[in-house]
Amino acid sequence: MTMKKIACFLASLLVLVAAHAQEATAPDVLVKTVTLEVLDLIVKDKEIQAGNRAKLLQVINAKVLPHFDFESMTSLAMGQNWRTATPEQRKQLIDAFRTLLVRTYASALAAYSDQKFDFRPLRAKPTDTDVLVQVRVMQPGSQPVPIDYSMEKTPAGWKAYDVAVGGVSLVANYRTEFATVVRSSGIDGLIRDLQAKNRQLEQRK
Amino acid sequence: MRRLALFLAVVAACGCATSPDADPRDPLEPMNRAVYEFNDTFDQAIATPVAKAYRGVLHVEIRNRISNFWSNIGDVFIGVNNVLQGKFQDGVEDWARVAFNSTIGLFGIHDVASDMGLEKHDEDFGQTFGRWGVGSGPYLVIPFIGPSTLRDGTGLVLDFHFDPWNDVTPSSFRDPMWALRFVNRRAELLDASSLLEQAALDRYIFLRDAYLQRRRNQIYDGQPPRRREEDDVNEAPKPAVK
Repeated sequence: MTMKKIACFLASLLVLVAAHAQEATAPDVLVKTVTLEVLDLIVKDKEIQAGNRAKLLQVINAKVLPHFDFESMTSLAMGQNWRTATPEQRKQLIDAFRTLLVRTYASALAAYSDQKFDFRPLRAKPTDTDVLVQVRVMQPGSQPVPIDYSMEKTPAGWKAYDVAVGGVSLVANYRTEFATVVRSSGIDGLIRDLQAKNRQLEQRK
Repeated sequence: MRRLALFLAVVAACGCATSPDADPRDPLEPMNRAVYEFNDTFDQAIATPVAKAYRGVLHVEIRNRISNFWSNIGDVFIGVNNVLQGKFQDGVEDWARVAFNSTIGLFGIHDVASDMGLEKHDEDFGQTFGRWGVGSGPYLVIPFIGPSTLRDGTGLVLDFHFDPWNDVTPSSFRDPMWALRFVNRRAELLDASSLLEQAALDRYIFLRDAYLQRRRNQIYDGQPPRRREEDDVNEAPKPAVK
């Protein structure tokens, strides 16, 4: 083998490796890995089992949050009103909405008691950049509860921009609520309402 | 049951009294909010404490048996509704569930059919009407029952009318068991209702939208067409072509 051929081979190998590294983890694999990892952490952690909310929020912040696109979620929930919001208002909305969703998510997780999960095979083409990842929570004696993650491919990997539980999309559900508040008291009113709700939840734990 | 039918008739009669800037899916919002407040007061004062006590007294295993018992009775008409919707295989599966669970499963307290791979379905007359192309009609909050629509409330009248438990005698056994059924149902929903309380800015709106979304999803058997931007939960699906 001549030097040129070896160089050529090495170069193509490098390209292959680089291409592989670029390939983001498949969305369904991502959902499964993160779900199982988080549930495992929660079940094994004595403090969380004893009701330590702060520790639970830490786990969610570290393991779950990076895989959500809160800007997309907030803009979708705001609908048309997103266009009229100033950059500062947008930032406050994203922050407040994220806090509310995380707290709700934490309560849902805290109610978890060894239900089994059925991770459905992904029905999407490899070229798709917007997919639905379906998970079903199995419960004895009743119909399985579907949890559907709408996920979009971004430069930083796949990110969820909506979650639907039993067919109820969080983003769609908040859209009417947000629109109603904005109509009566403006975008600043909505920011105030969200922040007040978060403070109230914080005090209650 | 007759009172529910009467309630629906009265609502249909005053359906014209609507305010101009209401949500098109909820033209009766002022009345609905009033009924919602009433239900919420009743729920917090009586239903929730009773359900919590029930959950505290009975072990989860026993509560699961009780849930299975009622679920088995429900499967009879889940099967009927599947057949009415043209889903014959699902309907036959539902009746096979009843056959296995009522016998090997000891009057339904064990869900052996699920273990055999016969999955539980979720159907009612409201969903059947939806399948047939009937639109939901205005959103309605029904006293003591909660979120519904004109279509689903009408379906509920039929659900109750045909419920096999109506035929059980003597009434001294049948009626207390109805009460047990409702308490058990409320207890099943305790976790969901505490989440609702956390997540919502306005619980009335949050519950209404969740109900309408959920019904749409049920009518399409969990596979509604995807949509990202638009928001018209009111439209009815095309009838099943099977």
